[in-house]
Amino acid sequence: MAKAILYDSTLCVGCRACEEACAKKWGNPYDDKIAEQEQISARKLTAVQTHGDKFSRRLCMHCEAPTCVSVCPVGALEKTALGPVIYDADKCMGCRYCMVACPFQVPTYEWDAMVPRMRKCDMCFERQSKGLPTACTEACPTGATICGERDAMIAEARKRLAEKPGEYHPAIYGMNEVGGTSVLMLSAVPFEQLGLRTDLPRAPLPQLTWDVLSHLPDVVVLGSVLLGGVWWITHRREEVALAEAARSVPQTKPSGEGSSK
Amino acid sequence: MKRFVPKTFWQWVFALIMTGGAYATVVRVLYGLGGATNLTDKFPWGIWIGFDILCGVGLAAGGFTLAATVHIFNLKKYKPIVRPAILTAFLGYLLVIVALMFDLGKPYNIWHPLIMWNPHSVMFEVGWCVTLYTTVLSLEFAPVVCERFGWRLPLKWLHKVEIPLIIVGILLSTLHQSSLGTLYVIMPEKLYPLWYSPLLPVLFFVSAVTVGLAMTIFESWHSSRAFGRQLELPLLQGMARVLAVLLSFYLVMRFLDLLQRDALRLLRVPRTETYLFALEIALLLLPAMLLFREHVRRSPAALYACAVMVVFGFITNRLNVSLTGMEAGSGARYIPKWTEIMVTLSIIALGFFIFRTAVKHLPIFTSEEENHTHAPQFASVPVMAGRK
Repeated sequence: MAKAILYDSTLCVGCRACEEACAKKWGNPYDDKIAEQEQISARKLTAVQTHGDKFSRRLCMHCEAPTCVSVCPVGALEKTALGPVIYDADKCMGCRYCMVACPFQVPTYEWDAMVPRMRKCDMCFERQSKGLPTACTEACPTGATICGERDAMIAEARKRLAEKPGEYHPAIYGMNEVGGTSVLMLSAVPFEQLGLRTDLPRAPLPQLTWDVLSHLPDVVVLGSVLLGGVWWITHRREEVALAEAARSVPQTKPSGEGSSK
Repeated sequence: MKRFVPKTFWQWVFALIMTGGAYATVVRVLYGLGGATNLTDKFPWGIWIGFDILCGVGLAAGGFTLAATVHIFNLKKYKPIVRPAILTAFLGYLLVIVALMFDLGKPYNIWHPLIMWNPHSVMFEVGWCVTLYTTVLSLEFAPVVCERFGWRLPLKWLHKVEIPLIIVGILLSTLHQSSLGTLYVIMPEKLYPLWYSPLLPVLFFVSAVTVGLAMTIFESWHSSRAFGRQLELPLLQGMARVLAVLLSFYLVMRFLDLLQRDALRLLRVPRTETYLFALEIALLLLPAMLLFREHVRRSPAALYACAVMVVFGFITNRLNVSLTGMEAGSGARYIPKWTEIMVTLSIIALGFFIFRTAVKHLPIFTSEEENHTHAPQFASVPVMAGRK
């Protein structure tokens, strides 16, 4: 069963306990100065953002059909059955296509490292494999971040929307965005006011390139037949023309086969 | 040591660029991508991808275009310019690989796509095609080296596989020239609508063929001046006519696509994207219109100017797709660092230098005596035809 995170912005008080727990889990440094950074980076895989009196969280959305997994030329990224999208730094060659392609601009890079890696939240894949909640969920004092089965999280989100319709913007972010994500968000205000993109297509993005790539075998087959055919026709035409020219002036035709070799 | 002291103006330019490039390389190696580039998490691809890869591969498209013209469509009169086109392509691809070594975070893993497959990735397909096509190009270029050193046996073998090799080369080129456009098809939310289109693969392919022809005209003109050869003017005129038709075809397709996606209304918005789009179109539209006039095609200078415009129009297009068009959607500004520019300039300079050296020492531009050795073939062909 696939896991998911539900983040409810209306319950978030901006204490940044999730940031600290995340930094500890990854062995990243964390202090007041780092806490002030509201953007995710290679050393800060989740960030709490302030939007007036509202807060929002940035982290990998763990798409159901992840663009990063589809674009990685070496298969360094993988959507696990458990839900998290995980990364294998040993396979990675550092082309950074995942970063360019991610609709949420989540992957970050160790720009100054000699052996750089892409960095992003892995939804605590190892902890969740052992049945533990994610580090951010465990640290959250208000229950703004919870985790569990995706279906259960959707049910919980729907329950909250139904119980307190006045307090929520009536939608779940991540239900349909680029085919759905494993991180779901609730908010009191329209999502774009929390810095989330609401112009994303509902269909999974990998389908766009697969529609092109799946036609390539046809191009190869048709192309080879076509090129071979054109080559045969143009050269045959030349042979015929030369043969006819030779027939019209027979006296110049060499008599023996040997002379042609 | 005395031999390496630059003498002429261009030698000085070359020496300066290469020194700068060497220093930038040291910065890249010692301080990583962070120290050598202005790339950020929100803007991870700069001119090393936008120019060195996207333009580099496109500008090398003359190789497969001319190979197809001469060997598949059997238009023999273009034979004298096949070799320079193949040399450009071979050099182009080798330099693209050099550029990639700068851009990859872990360049020593460059071979990973060959064993770690992901057929859903456009980049995986591009990687394979470029690897295979560079191999094909080395074999298409090998006869030149064999002729130079008089190695007859490999020459015979290479001649036997020539046609299949050329067909494979055309197919591989078609695939990856278009796939460089497909790379961006997955980012509808990032690429500005003046450039984003599901048709990007087709547009990239057609524009690559177009610029391949323009590059061939450009090279012929330059090498005729550098080596005091006569310009193959009748040939170039023929090519220029095809170039005009292809350019028009490309522009019509481009505008129909914009019209169909209702993107033309964006031209009323005064912003950088609009101006650079206008520049790109102007640099392609002007030569398209000029080259339809016969007196323009007859003048070597005008012909050259048109080819240069097409090359710059093409470069503008690729930079617009990879840089201009990506800024707004990514919420980032990108201006390349001097190290990025130095590396790119060095790669271009290296290309010019190797091309010049190769032309000087290898039989690239078919010589007079070679035409004589081909002449007796005509006597034997009728017999061969009759035998079939």
